[in-house]
Amino acid sequence: MTENVHQTDVIIVGAGPVGLFAVFELGLLGLKAHLIDILDRPGGQCAELYPEKPIYDIPGIPICTGQELTDKLMEQIAPFDPQFHLQEMAEELTKLDNGNWLLKTDGGVVLEAPVLVIAAGGGSFVPKKPRIENLEAFEDESVFYAVRKIERFRDRNVLIAGGGDSALDWFLALQGVAKSVSMTHHRDGFRAAPHSVDAMREIVASGKSKLHIAQLKGIEGSAPNLTGIKLESKETGEFVHECDMLLAFYGLTMKLGPVAEFGIDLEQNLISVDTEKFETNVPGIFAIGDINTYPGKLKLILSGFHEAALMSQEAFRLARPGERLRFQYTTSSSELQKKLGVR
Amino acid sequence: MKILVTDGHGVEHEVEATDGWTIMEIIRDAGLPIKAECGGSCVCATCHVIVNTDWFAKLPGKNEEEIDMLDLALEVFDHSRLSCQIEFEPSMDGMKVTIASDALM
Repeated sequence: MTENVHQTDVIIVGAGPVGLFAVFELGLLGLKAHLIDILDRPGGQCAELYPEKPIYDIPGIPICTGQELTDKLMEQIAPFDPQFHLQEMAEELTKLDNGNWLLKTDGGVVLEAPVLVIAAGGGSFVPKKPRIENLEAFEDESVFYAVRKIERFRDRNVLIAGGGDSALDWFLALQGVAKSVSMTHHRDGFRAAPHSVDAMREIVASGKSKLHIAQLKGIEGSAPNLTGIKLESKETGEFVHECDMLLAFYGLTMKLGPVAEFGIDLEQNLISVDTEKFETNVPGIFAIGDINTYPGKLKLILSGFHEAALMSQEAFRLARPGERLRFQYTTSSSELQKKLGVR
Repeated sequence: MKILVTDGHGVEHEVEATDGWTIMEIIRDAGLPIKAECGGSCVCATCHVIVNTDWFAKLPGKNEEEIDMLDLALEVFDHSRLSCQIEFEPSMDGMKVTIASDALM
């Protein structure tokens, strides 16, 4: 357990806008932070769901997109050198004898800090899974929601379900790797980039691949090996498409995940906190942003920013016992300006 | 004015509807278990509902964004809609919808 434990002041679970701004507020007080996020980049919902959608209610910023807000926050917190552990899910939390928290991720990252901040928004982003009976029994062997190693698909007969960029990109990328690649989608229209759609249609027209306009209905084979996928088309009804791998791309959904097992009080899948410190019922564990609840809570990014500022005050007291917290303004404090690298 | 919303247990709820609110907002405000993860931005498909046949034809049609986003529904039916994209108006008084299984909390 001693191997490669990242020691820090604050562990932040979730690198969405509120988790990112927490780095700033903690940084002003001299606290270092490590962030964990299941996505492959910072930004949370802003980056995953609406990178190109405009946001109009950030104080002082009349309009910015989710991606622009993320980029600006990354720029703002850069002086504090936050450490990111991306594509990692916070999995196991232990209270150490020294009073610190030890957090392990599903990918084997181990972090130790006196303060844990949960800024996980709607929870972890996880793939949406088709509603097919017994599907789980085939997962990771013949049913996948992402391509981690392209070699797994070599010389296999792959069926790809979905109509977005992931579906089309992998349809194209697996050509020449897989023995055969087919597609199924509920309509004869695709929201993926037009050039990918054109390329796919060309391959289908050449007879190399099949395109079914049909929906997933069932799975054939004995788990974990599938022999075919039952599809239903409006015109021809149910039929079986023979294949040995299914790649399903229906986007992501949010689940609270292992955080629910951390021993924190929950209220309808949200974390109850006080409104002075945004601390949970467990001392040293805080929850800020969309994931928390308290009387009057509004799920707004700006509320999360406020929560981050108040949380940081108490985080300082826990992480720096015996030190006095000096409240200062960035406008006037040369100490803060040095931290921000502007002086 | 009201709409009738069927939940995951097949129970029909009569819900007060407000002119100008989206169907998603009306369902959510009534405390029924609809995910609506993105909060009405038409980017997630977790407010998927199936509209009663008679009512479906009376609704304003889907725009391209909604059609695209419905691709993320796990099963798309003939009368599938994203409830965040339907704005309630008095002519919809009494409309019946069912929350699709992939939109249930």
